[in-house]
Amino acid sequence: MSTVAKTRIAKPPIVGTPVFRKEGLDKLLGRARYVDDLEREGMWHGATVRSTIPRGLIRSIHFDPCIDWTQFSVVTAFDIPGRNHIHLIFDDQPCLADEQVNHCDEAILLLAHPSRQKLREAAAAIRIDYDPLPPVFTIEESERQDAIIWGQDNILKSFLLEKGDVDSVWDRAAHIVEGEYRTGAQEHLYIENNGAIAEYSAETGITVWGSLQCPFYVHKSLMAVFNLPEDKVRVIQTETGGAFGGKEDYPSTLCAHAALLAMKSGHPVKIVYDRMEDLAATTKRHPSRVRHRTALDADGKLLAMDIDLATDGGAYCTLSSTVLSRATLHSPGPYVCPNVRVRSRAWATNTVPYGAFRGFGAPQAIFAIERHMDEIAAAIGMDPIDLRRRNFLHDGDTTATEQVMREPVILDKLLDRALAESDYHARRARFVEENQTSPVKRGLGISAFFHGSGFTGSGERYLNSLAGVDVTPEGNVRVLVSNTEFGQGTDTILTQIAAEAIGVDYGDVVIAPRDTGIIPNSGPTVASRTSMVVGRLIERAAAQLIEMLREHSGLPEDFAHDEFFTACDRYRAAHGEVVSLCRYEAPPGIYWDDQTYHGEAYPAFAWSVQVAQVAVDTVTYSAEVEEFWSVQEVGRVLHPVLAGGQIEGGIAQGIGYALYEKVVWQNGHMANNQMTNYIMPTAEDVPPIHIYFEEIPFAHGAFGAKGIGELPHDGPAPAILNAIRAATGVAFNSIPLLPEDLFAKLGVVAAIEEPAAV
Amino acid sequence: MSANWPPISMTVNGIEREVHVPPMKRLLDVLREDLRLTGTKEGCGEGECGSCSVRMDGELVNSCLVPVLQAQGSRVETVEGLQCDGGLHPLQQAFLACGGAQCGICTPGMLMAASHLLERNPHPTMFEIREGLAGNLCRCTGFVRIFESVIAAASRPEQATHAR
Repeated sequence: MSTVAKTRIAKPPIVGTPVFRKEGLDKLLGRARYVDDLEREGMWHGATVRSTIPRGLIRSIHFDPCIDWTQFSVVTAFDIPGRNHIHLIFDDQPCLADEQVNHCDEAILLLAHPSRQKLREAAAAIRIDYDPLPPVFTIEESERQDAIIWGQDNILKSFLLEKGDVDSVWDRAAHIVEGEYRTGAQEHLYIENNGAIAEYSAETGITVWGSLQCPFYVHKSLMAVFNLPEDKVRVIQTETGGAFGGKEDYPSTLCAHAALLAMKSGHPVKIVYDRMEDLAATTKRHPSRVRHRTALDADGKLLAMDIDLATDGGAYCTLSSTVLSRATLHSPGPYVCPNVRVRSRAWATNTVPYGAFRGFGAPQAIFAIERHMDEIAAAIGMDPIDLRRRNFLHDGDTTATEQVMREPVILDKLLDRALAESDYHARRARFVEENQTSPVKRGLGISAFFHGSGFTGSGERYLNSLAGVDVTPEGNVRVLVSNTEFGQGTDTILTQIAAEAIGVDYGDVVIAPRDTGIIPNSGPTVASRTSMVVGRLIERAAAQLIEMLREHSGLPEDFAHDEFFTACDRYRAAHGEVVSLCRYEAPPGIYWDDQTYHGEAYPAFAWSVQVAQVAVDTVTYSAEVEEFWSVQEVGRVLHPVLAGGQIEGGIAQGIGYALYEKVVWQNGHMANNQMTNYIMPTAEDVPPIHIYFEEIPFAHGAFGAKGIGELPHDGPAPAILNAIRAATGVAFNSIPLLPEDLFAKLGVVAAIEEPAAV
Repeated sequence: MSANWPPISMTVNGIEREVHVPPMKRLLDVLREDLRLTGTKEGCGEGECGSCSVRMDGELVNSCLVPVLQAQGSRVETVEGLQCDGGLHPLQQAFLACGGAQCGICTPGMLMAASHLLERNPHPTMFEIREGLAGNLCRCTGFVRIFESVIAAASRPEQATHAR
């Protein structure tokens, strides 16, 4: 096929088409290299000795004399050359505990040895003695402040968001409805456990390879721990087997541990956690308790929402403040209300620090408001659909932060489509009929919600991301970003954007290795920001590159494929590297006040309405999601297959969040830290999932894209519990909702209603 | 040191291999460490996730639960041997087209489970697909596109002749 004929204008579209996943072939052939697949010459293995108590002072460390310790490298906090903390928002989390431990499974000591087996024996031969201190395990215990375990008051962060005057409303409200809603911890359960390999030499400093989301988070953190300059720390992402937020901040700790052992031992050191260690020692989704007090007029219009939101942040702040921020901003839901007050606090407890997990506080907040909407509907005798419709945000309305909805808001359309596609009304009528006689009670539940795309408020401006493209002498366009691929499709999407924006083929574009020695800092791969924010930078960098080549290398207005690369060669000969980088520019008219939490909370919102059909078996007390519908508006869909995969995967995790996944705590330690007893949905549990996109291109996102990755996880839990409410008539306000929880409420009712056996 | 262990021989992806390793070493570790076939992954180490699924004498096994001595004299198939006639296995092709792989860590095991299913049952129903893949966990896809991939591969005529 001649490439000469392929002019830019005649080229078929790439964005919006289902091109094959960029790294797909390597994954399907089993040749993609994850961190545990890599070896380094002379490599040793590392292990971590962890706290066995939730809180206490470290009195002494005993090394069993039966082990020849000279064969091992042993690292404690005293070996840290720089600062003993993991840099993030606050620098409160030590890299290795020295005097005190604040949660079970906190790292105290590191070991390295050439043999993994010997390491296990040695780790078991170390005994640490403690002077225990009273631990705090729950939000309520932390609130009581009997023991102060963090700062002055156990509060990791608090926000107060106010719109209008909530307290002026209660007296004139036709209805006031209150409710309390709780969510539990949730494990990411990426199938690839955390792992890293580190090397150290005095000359080049530290190099780490790791399974991670944010190379520059790790980079910055290592600089502090080792007191090294920027150019003496290099972080390289390896193929990453799932993350979901679980590899946002934790790899900073793990990479530091591997690097400390590498420095001490003089060998490359690999640490790959097994499943039990990964589950016990790494972050999880924040548990939450949300209290709603809501005033409505006689027609079901919202008058006031008073929301008290508390999260359990664990022993150190890590990302709790930003998770709380997102929870706060999502807590009033997609509704118009003239008077809103959200008081939110993240509380410290002596458990593993909770961290980022897909949705980042929004699933907790949306569970509460969307469950609460159904309780309001029941309390005032209104259909939950009508109640939502009556209060939906529309174009021109303002949110709780008084952000004006400038972009089209089509919640009504999403709701209509969800009702039509699920045949909602006919199904509901059928279930009402069948439930009268069947021991299996079926119900439909809905949830409506938005998810803010990108960093909150001023976040993107602080990040000040830099990204771009260059063209190699070998004739490849390279995408230069720090954003990582861990299954969501970053590499594919950014390749599509670069290829189409420049006017070359999908196969002409490669992604530069995520190596901090090569790439600019385009920010972390979090917050549903990659397609919208970073993609937009690539789109702009591509346009800038074309302009540059037109101006300096005679690239014609309408160019053929080969003319582009010839122009690049000419440019390179005359000026050197062919590279185009762009820095983030906020969309115009964005105003945000970090102090009062007023203004444009997010540059864009993605919207969704979901419907769950759930069957509750009143003999076994199991609840099963039988079918699921999800309609969403995420701007333009850049890749239909990947976008669908994001929605379906998020829904499956949301189903797990609602009905299966329970972290069982025992004295601050995760007791069910195995896949055997921490249960996620399997191929037999996930129902048929129907997904539909409404597309409204967003002017400031790449090719019209908004965020998509987190959105689908926000809605399933409330939709499912609303369906159970519809099926059984009983309100369940806490997740995970397991059969024993259903039995606890439904079983009692059944026993009363059944006539005594004769 | 390794030479002190008695030899264990097996056919891996059609090639005779002999290893001198402790007999209780996990087949998973022998494949990954001694034979450098790192396509087979460890997810849980207790037979729950199926990432380490391989076929042993035509049976689907979790290689993390198989001491290598049990593999003595057996025929082992891993993801590295799935390609046929120099081309992609229909399942690999279908996973690529349908979005059956996201992060890719469960993919090798999922492919082995799916190929095992199709070999025994070339045209499975959705129920049979769900059942056949129930031992393999995927946290990314929600399984939907994995099911579609299996259906797509099953509907290709060459699937029937490919089965080994």
